[in-house]
Amino acid sequence: MTTMTLNAGEAGPAEDQTANPASESAVEQSAVKARAANTNIEVTGTVGSPFCDDAKLSMRNVNVFYGEAQAIHDVSLDIGRNQVVAMIGPSGCGKSTFLRSLNRMNDTIEGCRVEGELTLDGEAIYGPKVDVVPLRARVGMVFQKPNPFPKSIYDNVAYGPKIHGIASRRAELDEIVENSLRRAGLWNEVKDRLDKPGTGLSGGQQQRLCIARAIAVSPEVILMDEPCSALDPIATARIEELIDELRQNYTIAIVTHSMQQAARVSQRTAYFHLGKLVEVNDTETVFTNPEHELTEAYITGRFG
Amino acid sequence: MTDLTQTQVRERIAARLASRHRKEKLFRGLGIASIAFGVLAVLVLFTDIISKGASAFVQTDIQLQVTYDPAELGIEQVDEESLAWANFDGVIRAALRERFPDVSGRRDKRELYSLVSNGAGFELRERLQNHPELLGKSETLWFNADDDVDTYVKSLSKSEDGFLGRTSEQKAQWILTLRESGELKKRFNTTFFTNGDSREPEQAGIRAALVGSLFTLLVTLVLSFPIGVAAAIYLEEFAPKNRWTDLIEVNINNLAAVPSIVFGLLGLAIFINFFELPRSAPLVGGLVLTLMTLPTIIISSRASLKSVPPSIREAAMGMGASRMQVVLHHVLPLAMPGMLTGAIIGMAQALGETAPLLMIGMVAFIVDVPHGVTDPSTVLPVQIFLWADSPERAFVERTSAAIMVLLAVLITMNTCAVWLRKKLERRW
Ligand SMILES: Nc1ncnc2c1ncn2[C@@H]1O[C@H](COP(=O)(O)OP(=O)(O)O)[C@@H](O)[C@H]1O
Ligand SMILES: [Mg+2]
Repeated sequence: MTTMTLNAGEAGPAEDQTANPASESAVEQSAVKARAANTNIEVTGTVGSPFCDDAKLSMRNVNVFYGEAQAIHDVSLDIGRNQVVAMIGPSGCGKSTFLRSLNRMNDTIEGCRVEGELTLDGEAIYGPKVDVVPLRARVGMVFQKPNPFPKSIYDNVAYGPKIHGIASRRAELDEIVENSLRRAGLWNEVKDRLDKPGTGLSGGQQQRLCIARAIAVSPEVILMDEPCSALDPIATARIEELIDELRQNYTIAIVTHSMQQAARVSQRTAYFHLGKLVEVNDTETVFTNPEHELTEAYITGRFG
Repeated sequence: MTDLTQTQVRERIAARLASRHRKEKLFRGLGIASIAFGVLAVLVLFTDIISKGASAFVQTDIQLQVTYDPAELGIEQVDEESLAWANFDGVIRAALRERFPDVSGRRDKRELYSLVSNGAGFELRERLQNHPELLGKSETLWFNADDDVDTYVKSLSKSEDGFLGRTSEQKAQWILTLRESGELKKRFNTTFFTNGDSREPEQAGIRAALVGSLFTLLVTLVLSFPIGVAAAIYLEEFAPKNRWTDLIEVNINNLAAVPSIVFGLLGLAIFINFFELPRSAPLVGGLVLTLMTLPTIIISSRASLKSVPPSIREAAMGMGASRMQVVLHHVLPLAMPGMLTGAIIGMAQALGETAPLLMIGMVAFIVDVPHGVTDPSTVLPVQIFLWADSPERAFVERTSAAIMVLLAVLITMNTCAVWLRKKLERRW
């Protein structure tokens, strides 16, 4: 699988060569054909409908660099209000990088540079006067590996409201904590042990705790980077249900490795390939009738 | 690649199994041997020190009936001035003469007077100062015996005749008489814990050095911990990674390897010659030891900051915490046990350090217990060094006893370190 990605990687504009003959002999015949075909495909622009009318987040010509290496090439995309947009693509294609540039989490990485026009409700995310603290309160994030603080369940959820000074009284804070846990579907399981450490919960519960923590500051957008990849199917199903409910109030961008998950939770799907945005379409279109060859190759499991 | 059958593979694995097990056994054996060697070394060290030093915790005392005779003292009333030149030694001598009335002749009397430590007069003065109503009355008191007497009495328990040393036959006779009647006893050596240094072994104590060490360590801790932790946090969490921070990092690592005496020379040049701070003071000692322990604390603090999982930082940052809040709320609490451990190891090093302190004059002969960080004082390891150098036999056991006190302080500190780590450590 990785060799395929690599070979496809050489299909950049600089060098356009055929697949490595040494590894060819070892692989199944049909796959070889598919790969040889993919290798020669050059991604020029994005097919489908990357833009929408009521955009909450809008990105234009985004390029992201890690030092000299470019991880995102000229990506333009809109994320509509109260919409779930799924980002799919093979490992290392830049999904996380792109997602993290939406709330400037990339600022914390040494040598990472983001270029392009990114706006949240029409305001520049990378504007010179933008303070990342309120920005991250508006654009929350849930990570791949559940990462609750080594503090009590209550303190985990109360942390955001506390540092942003959202609750003025203890009762108000209690209410925020309870509401957030309820919305994350965790309240009934933890209401009797709010003072117990959050790290003592099961993986799925921890991830829901992280979601509760993120929504406790009433963000407008929630970014999720493979939130279920470390969870079992039952926990995954619960999170998926949750995402569907959260859509009423939040705009969600979710990176996922599971195409079923993308199909279940999202309205639009964006397919990334080697740092480029290949195709954006309604989720249904992407999975039933993809426009781009690479998308089709990916969703039919020919690589990824 | 040749295709191996499953049987062939299994045979090859089985063939190497014996040698793998042998290697594992050998490795375990080596581990146990090295631990055994370490334990043995520690045991030998402790037995040696304890066998030599334990006897210093008891001291031979002599009971005398003293009379605060105004005529003998040469005073009429108890006030500051008369106490200053009152003849307390005379009172002690009179008491000794009374106990052994047969002794006559100047030489014999001098011999008799040397039974009791010549610090006994000071003790009497203090007693009369605190209880002026005793003037003209008499009472029975215990006094420290002279160190030669002490050495002889202690040697009696080892052999029948004992080690006479500078003690004459006649003196030995008196000692045995007193011992017989219960007027001479080995009692707990409080002097050792209440006095400062002295030329007379029986009056020499560890107090001044212990207090000096504590003051010095206090200065070191108060300066090096906050500075070290702040430097580590800045370097680890805020500083950009460029050539300058690389240079600083290399230099910190180098400083950790600089011989401690160099820090002493530096302290002499800067703190004493340039800033003209007092010599022999815990303040200067603490400053020098701060320079010495800073690299240790910075390095261990950075290591414990590094060990905080990045996912915690990401989580806090993703919530919109500022860098400062990430550090204060999340990273520091998790790194604190490691930092404290590093600090205590640094302090333990500082406690045992002698060479740099010799350079700044802490080797002086200090009798008084220091009352502040600018008072002249000495420290435990220097005191050990001084006593080890003294010719009197009674200082041998005091040297070992001082080492025991130093080790006790060290063990206490390390126990605190373990306890603190256990208490503060949180799992994630
Ligand atoms: N911190 C980083 N420093 C340098 N390169 C990075 C860093 N993070 C990711 N990359 C590179 O950027 C590319 C995209 O990575 P990523 O966004 O993590 O992909 P994905 O999430 O789609 O698997 C990869 O080639 C990866 O090697
Ligand atoms: Mg990723």
